[in-house]
Amino acid sequence: MSLGRDDVEKVANLVALQVDAAQADQMTQQLNNILDLFAQMQAVETDEIAPLAHPLEQVQRLRKDAVTEQNIREKLAAVAPAFDREKGVYLVPQVIE
Amino acid sequence: MSWEVVIGLEIHAQLKTQSKIFSGSSTAYGAEPNTQVSIVDAAMPGALPVLNHGVVDMAIRFGLAIGAEIGQASVFARKNYFYPDLPKGYQISQFDLPIVDKGGKVEIEVDGETKIIRVTRAHLEEDAGKSMHDIVPGMTGIDLNRAGTPLLEIVSEPDMRSAQEAVAYAKKIHELVQYLDICDGNMQEGSFRVDSNVSIRRPGDPLGTRAELKNINSFRFIEQAIEYEIERQIEVLESGGQVVQETRLFNADEGVTRSMRAKEEANDYRYFPDPDLLPVKITDEQIERVRAEMPELADQKRGRFETEYGLSTYDAEFLAASRPMGDYFEAVVSCVGKEHAKLCANWVMGELSKALNQAELEVAQSPVSPQQLGELLQRLVDNTLSGKLAKQVFEAIWQGEGSADEIIEAKGLKQITDSGAIEAMVDEVLANNAQQVEAYRNGQEKLFGYFVGQVMKASKGQANPAQVNELLKAKLKG
Repeated sequence: MSLGRDDVEKVANLVALQVDAAQADQMTQQLNNILDLFAQMQAVETDEIAPLAHPLEQVQRLRKDAVTEQNIREKLAAVAPAFDREKGVYLVPQVIE
Repeated sequence: MSWEVVIGLEIHAQLKTQSKIFSGSSTAYGAEPNTQVSIVDAAMPGALPVLNHGVVDMAIRFGLAIGAEIGQASVFARKNYFYPDLPKGYQISQFDLPIVDKGGKVEIEVDGETKIIRVTRAHLEEDAGKSMHDIVPGMTGIDLNRAGTPLLEIVSEPDMRSAQEAVAYAKKIHELVQYLDICDGNMQEGSFRVDSNVSIRRPGDPLGTRAELKNINSFRFIEQAIEYEIERQIEVLESGGQVVQETRLFNADEGVTRSMRAKEEANDYRYFPDPDLLPVKITDEQIERVRAEMPELADQKRGRFETEYGLSTYDAEFLAASRPMGDYFEAVVSCVGKEHAKLCANWVMGELSKALNQAELEVAQSPVSPQQLGELLQRLVDNTLSGKLAKQVFEAIWQGEGSADEIIEAKGLKQITDSGAIEAMVDEVLANNAQQVEAYRNGQEKLFGYFVGQVMKASKGQANPAQVNELLKAKLKG
């Protein structure tokens, strides 16, 4: 499998990255190199091996259902680009549905 | 040639936990914006999610109730998309290994016919925050209180063939999650959200292109929206057009569905296993523990109400329809006594339900507690009150005037059962209405009601009606 410029532009759009033409060409090359590595790995016989969901062979630890967090609105608001103190909301450019 | 309607539902049930799915923030509804947000919910770099034990148990409970396989090695995945109320840029969800796997079924009934609807899967995921487009001019406000609230997304097979079937299925799931005590079912607050996938085809053809109807917050509107959408698709296809796969919103005022502006990119969520979360292993012991704690479900409760309290099928169905209603009824019975279960049922289904409907309240919000109703019914049982007086007292309890006994005392509403006193009133009425007595004895038996009315009036409605009837009959025989 190999990627074309179109694929790279589509992915860039999906992840909301601005990529100019020169960068797109470079990334196409780099991504294709990575895909070549995957192709090598695909060649390995894996029929007998269960898919790996996580590299650590451990099981998820669970927390008790209890409220343990305090209100830290002020701290979080202090590092936000825009916060309306009166309304208590973060502000972002208008999103129209 | 006719069209066949094909409907599948995706239902998001907000799980009734104290804290969020991956953080210890509160999930309480209605708090000041952004006051229930931890560093995990706000997606601060380096903050790691830790799964809530409660949501796992609740999902298992649901899976067991519908007879589905429980995914004993279940994996969380990232669903990637950009929206400002999703701070991480992805939603943690489940993809190919959901916690509630295949095999689940629920039974619905439409027009007296039962039908099995298959549940494809149910998976755990986190809710997004809320975007508010109307509070700051030119900007969108973001409240992250809801971000990270646990959801169980319940996906059905496309097994429904009409809007009625879809609503019957949605109601069944709604009843079930409330019975299981895993979701409060509040559709207004968005705790129970139904998305409908609707398509039509010629019988025997492969599935047609579907439209998804979203954000509909009542069963009545779901039915209307699906009905409208079916008609719209038939019109499109019959006039030679094609149905476009899209999300449509229902406008309840106009009763129509409208295309939501198409997203710029088709859904391409690039799911992959979330490296921040390990696979969840569910042991047989955990499943058995949840099974042992399963609450009584609606169908079992109906059966028990019939055998334990001798109720009719109709009464049992009415009272077991929701868990709060069933609990209310049983609390009344425990006050009044099992031998009076039928009386309790009549009052809960009659006066109480009537008053709740008029006030547009749920049974859990009733201003009359089951204990208060129970005390009132005790006064009916011991003959302190007649049925009519009891209704007056009920009204007063509803208005917050106190307990049954306090009201009876304050208003002097005690029923008169002293036969000497009633006899005196009967005698007086007969003496004052000699003409009518004459007419009655000459065959105008309809006048009996008149005499009863006069005696009741003389007693200010407090005479025991059975005694009045009996005495009048005896006296009029002359």
